[in-house]
Amino acid sequence: MDRLNLLITGIGGQGIIAASDIVAETALAAGFDVKKTDSLGMAQRGGSVVSHIRLAPKVRSPLVKMGEADIILAFEKLESARWSHYLRPDGIAIINNHSVPPPSVSLGKERYPGDEEITDILKQQTDKIYLINGADLAEELGNIKTLNILMLGCLSIFIPFEEDIWRDCIAKRLPARVVELNTTAFEQGRREIENILNTETGSAYGKREG
Amino acid sequence: MIKLLSGNEAIALGAYHAGVMVAAAYPGTPSTEILENLARFDGIYAEWSTNEKVAMEVGLGASCAGVRSLVSMKHVGLNVASDPFMAAATTGVNGGLVVISADDPGMHSSQNEQDNRHYARLAKVPMLEPGDSQEAYEIMAYAFNISEEFDTPVLVRTTTRISHSKSVVKATGNRKTPSKQPGFCYNPTKYVMLPAHARLRHPLMEERLSRLAAYAETFPLNQIIPGERRLGIVSSGVAYQYAREVFPEASFLKLALTYPLPRDLIRRFAEQVERLVVIEELDPFLEDSIRAMGIKVTGKELFPITGELNPDIIEQASRKAGLLTGSLKQKPEYRALNLPSRPPLLCPGCPHSGIFFVLSSLGQRSSLPGKPAREPKLIIAGDIGCYTLGAHPPLSAMDTCSCMGAGIGQALGMEKAGVAEKIVAVIGDSTFLHSGITGLVNAVYNKGRITIIILDNRTTAMTGQQEHPGTGITAQGQETTAVDLAQVARGIGINDVKMVDAFNIKAIRASVKSSLDSPELSVIIVRGACAVRLSGRSNPRAIDSDLCNMCGLCLLIGCPAIRKEKERVYIDTSLCVGDACTICQQICPRKAIVTSVNKGEKKDG
Repeated sequence: MDRLNLLITGIGGQGIIAASDIVAETALAAGFDVKKTDSLGMAQRGGSVVSHIRLAPKVRSPLVKMGEADIILAFEKLESARWSHYLRPDGIAIINNHSVPPPSVSLGKERYPGDEEITDILKQQTDKIYLINGADLAEELGNIKTLNILMLGCLSIFIPFEEDIWRDCIAKRLPARVVELNTTAFEQGRREIENILNTETGSAYGKREG
Repeated sequence: MIKLLSGNEAIALGAYHAGVMVAAAYPGTPSTEILENLARFDGIYAEWSTNEKVAMEVGLGASCAGVRSLVSMKHVGLNVASDPFMAAATTGVNGGLVVISADDPGMHSSQNEQDNRHYARLAKVPMLEPGDSQEAYEIMAYAFNISEEFDTPVLVRTTTRISHSKSVVKATGNRKTPSKQPGFCYNPTKYVMLPAHARLRHPLMEERLSRLAAYAETFPLNQIIPGERRLGIVSSGVAYQYAREVFPEASFLKLALTYPLPRDLIRRFAEQVERLVVIEELDPFLEDSIRAMGIKVTGKELFPITGELNPDIIEQASRKAGLLTGSLKQKPEYRALNLPSRPPLLCPGCPHSGIFFVLSSLGQRSSLPGKPAREPKLIIAGDIGCYTLGAHPPLSAMDTCSCMGAGIGQALGMEKAGVAEKIVAVIGDSTFLHSGITGLVNAVYNKGRITIIILDNRTTAMTGQQEHPGTGITAQGQETTAVDLAQVARGIGINDVKMVDAFNIKAIRASVKSSLDSPELSVIIVRGACAVRLSGRSNPRAIDSDLCNMCGLCLLIGCPAIRKEKERVYIDTSLCVGDACTICQQICPRKAIVTSVNKGEKKDG
């Protein structure tokens, strides 16, 4: 691998910025030029968030072009669909199988798309869709805040950086008291993808659904 | 040292290495992190000033006293600071004075889209524009040197994409030892701008500008990057990065010193290429100047004048204009997906939720699901801060939002215009101290009868929890006198000043009603700590589905933790702050919101 375009999407408050910082630091430690940029809207919790990360021998634009993301790492299902047009044909979508209805849905003004609609939107780009029950797994680990690192564990399977570099960068970014828990979350994320890949026959979506 | 730094972090490090001694700012996205980072270095005095005008005056004062100083702000901050900025441009400096304006094309977090490069021309001062974090770091040393060599403040203009993107920085220097010791140099014709003195300064400014134009010709970061002769592109800032990517073969003139322009360099470049195009964000600042030189150039007729650029926009516009040929790389067709939007929200446990819920219901802004919308009443003049999000549904409790501190003056103007509605002005604590006080003094002086609600969450929340004069802590973490907002209001002659707990709905409703009924000017200070600063959460609330009749009233708070999915209203216990808030519990007519997590409240996956 000599270059990679990555999008991390989700909802403000899910730890997306920290996750993208860690990817960028890991890329730098692995010897790449890297740029990252976050679209934050009004920077508060609860809004749609997207982070662009690009690595290559020399990166100019920090923004990924539409249709050129190799991987989308989505922390919420609706947000995976919202940014799916950034994915390149046959790219990889790793999705936290979790829905958070926005206020317009709670107020009955808009409708949250069904799982099939979301799959259809993503399948226009790719069949490589990996659904992870990340929110449940993070809660089982005892802290929903580990979701972002668990998702990084999933991502790490598809990026050939040494595992130790990931671990170092995670440890550097997080407060010491939560490093151990998050390292466990990282490993759990890796295992989730490895299990899917080991049993995979086609799209992972059907098997992981529900 | 090789590090991954945001543009703002790189500016701070560059300024530190350049020997900056005094830094002043008011928080504003996307500029905030510059001062936050400077405040962490030893050997620098860094302050949050009450507003950008004061910050500029502090910077100018430090410069007069002979030390290198930096002032940073967002683009609209320079509007506030423009008076002392123009003064500084006239007097010139002693120690280097660098002014950072972080513009926000695309308005990620701003009330307008303005191109502050025009300020350089207006003030006749040099301007530098970095294209990534490495350049942001390097530019700071140039900026201070230019400031001192040419006796002028220097404007450094960044944009959100430069300030907030991270890229690799090779930091070469160590902190430069200041060449001068602090000391004021008595020179009235330079520093006392009486008309007679100012008349002497203006010709010096013009002469300074022509020397700067000569300097721009050889400025090392203004570079020609040779490529194909067919197309020559002039660009700066992040637009240059996008353009290089879209046109890897073209010739480029990359400018970092963008005012005054290197006219000979531009002419030379124009002669080398068959077609000259400018790619720049927002206004045709470079393009108009180049055209005025008599050079044939295109720019804004091809590329948008509004919003942020990105590689996709540049590529599409270039194809349309025939600048790019060859087959389009097969791309998935972008269909406008009909997906629900997800705007930013007030946080769970936000101290603004209660007061906005009350204003929303008194002002008839929201109605229960299935009920018809009502005619709004009560005029709510808003201001700039997190609470501006109270304008979004379901609260919809804000009718104006113009600029920092504007709400009180606007409210008074509406009263004086003679509207029949009652009028309230809503303003945050930091915004009140920034520029609300003068509006309040004006309202007292001019016999206003409006209600002013100060939302006192004890921090500057929108920009990420900065201290301000009301918190009693400085930018560098020292304790200081906390300005007492109630005392300020009483001190300027307001009799009716009420303090109310932001999480007590009954008390909030009673005070608002009493103020609206009162014939005199009144101030209500709604106090409650910002939810982001809560140290712990306890006892999240849950909805007892046996008691809940799905009336939907709790959904009208707009709390992100309260959701409706299919035929069920539930509280996301991972988001609810629990005992610190309880607003939903206070308003539920059926007492269906309970403390413990019980039956049926575990969310499904």
